[in-house]
Amino acid sequence: MGHKSYEESIKDVYKGLVLLAVVTLIEVGISLFGKGHLGYKPSPEMGWLLALVAIGLIVLSLYKAYFIIYEFMHMSSEVRGLRLTVLMPCLLLVWAVIAFFQEGNSWFERRDLIKQKNERSINDKKMDVQGSLIQKEETYQM
Amino acid sequence: MATETVVKHDHHDETEGGAWDGGKRPFEASYGKLMMWYFLLSDAFTFAGFLIAYGTLRFSSATWPVPDFVFSTTPFGGHGLPLIFVTFMSFLLIISSVTMVRGVQEGHRENKRGVVFWMFLTIIGGIGFLSCQAWEWNNLINVEHMSVTVNPFGTHVESGTYLEGDGHDINAGDSFAKGDSYLIHQHNGEFHPLKYKTDAGVEKQQEFGPKAFGALFFFITGFHGFHVLSGVVFLIIIMINAASGLYVERKNGYEMVEKVGLYWHFVDLVWVFVFLVFYLL
Repeated sequence: MGHKSYEESIKDVYKGLVLLAVVTLIEVGISLFGKGHLGYKPSPEMGWLLALVAIGLIVLSLYKAYFIIYEFMHMSSEVRGLRLTVLMPCLLLVWAVIAFFQEGNSWFERRDLIKQKNERSINDKKMDVQGSLIQKEETYQM
Repeated sequence: MATETVVKHDHHDETEGGAWDGGKRPFEASYGKLMMWYFLLSDAFTFAGFLIAYGTLRFSSATWPVPDFVFSTTPFGGHGLPLIFVTFMSFLLIISSVTMVRGVQEGHRENKRGVVFWMFLTIIGGIGFLSCQAWEWNNLINVEHMSVTVNPFGTHVESGTYLEGDGHDINAGDSFAKGDSYLIHQHNGEFHPLKYKTDAGVEKQQEFGPKAFGALFFFITGFHGFHVLSGVVFLIIIMINAASGLYVERKNGYEMVEKVGLYWHFVDLVWVFVFLVFYLL
């Protein structure tokens, strides 16, 4: 804001509207392409293409977030200290995403093992003495 | 000479005191705006926690309902239109965010009528979004029978052929591929999973999808919807205050409009990520 004239800043707002609308439409297009609604269906074997679709969607969403924070919420005209104290803590989430997705993956790997355990009958001779869930180390190798 | 010194001394106290002496605004922002930013930061962490939980559970499940199948219904009988309705909802929020920016700009010009007009449009956008969400929830709960504990949206893990039809989209003899989604329909209040034969020749029956999907969907979109609802209430209160001329008298002018604007943009910002995680990916 600040030094811009009233008319200029109004123009900027509508430019922002068009920009957000276009980015959203591109996102929907990319998503529908990835799901095979636009004629061509990427097969599950083409993991790199699906990964590219996901990365594209995430980058575009982050761009939208940046635009909303910096233009609509006027973060760009706040002082550096305020910007840093609000935005830097969000970097912690990067670690949260890595750690929790790793965790989710690990649960996925363990599901079969837990299923096996559930299907065992009590009289199963192979059962450990105390019915413990602890198995030989090799069982956990992925 | 003496008076001059005194004046100078006062001046010194007011603006050049240490950071801890008061009279100085941290980060050159007012108390209200600064606290709004920090509240929004904490709220962002709450939402991030929910969305990361969604990702974690999705990663941990063997199958997950495909969003373009689950969200492919629109009002007025639209079927098989993936993401169209929810894209419309996103546009409503984006547009209401833009009208909010206009309201804040008019506030800077001390234009009371302008503030009220643009805030009114923002409120309309918010109510429109809530109405759309109400329709979406009603459709999922009463038509498709998804609940917090039951998720009738499943995914095939192998290809095969149906042995019976459900009277909706599936007929006996239809074949399906691995990864195709289906919805288990209800008849007379009971779910009827269809029997099918896999290509390997085994007879099986449709299974329910992961329970977590319904719980996460209703909880996260509900929490966001609650933010929109409270945003609309705040907007109405501040619009009435602005219309009554309350802010004309104030030293900081229309700063309340700016603060509720920050909150409203944040609601739009969160929707960007809810839209990404639930509908696009």
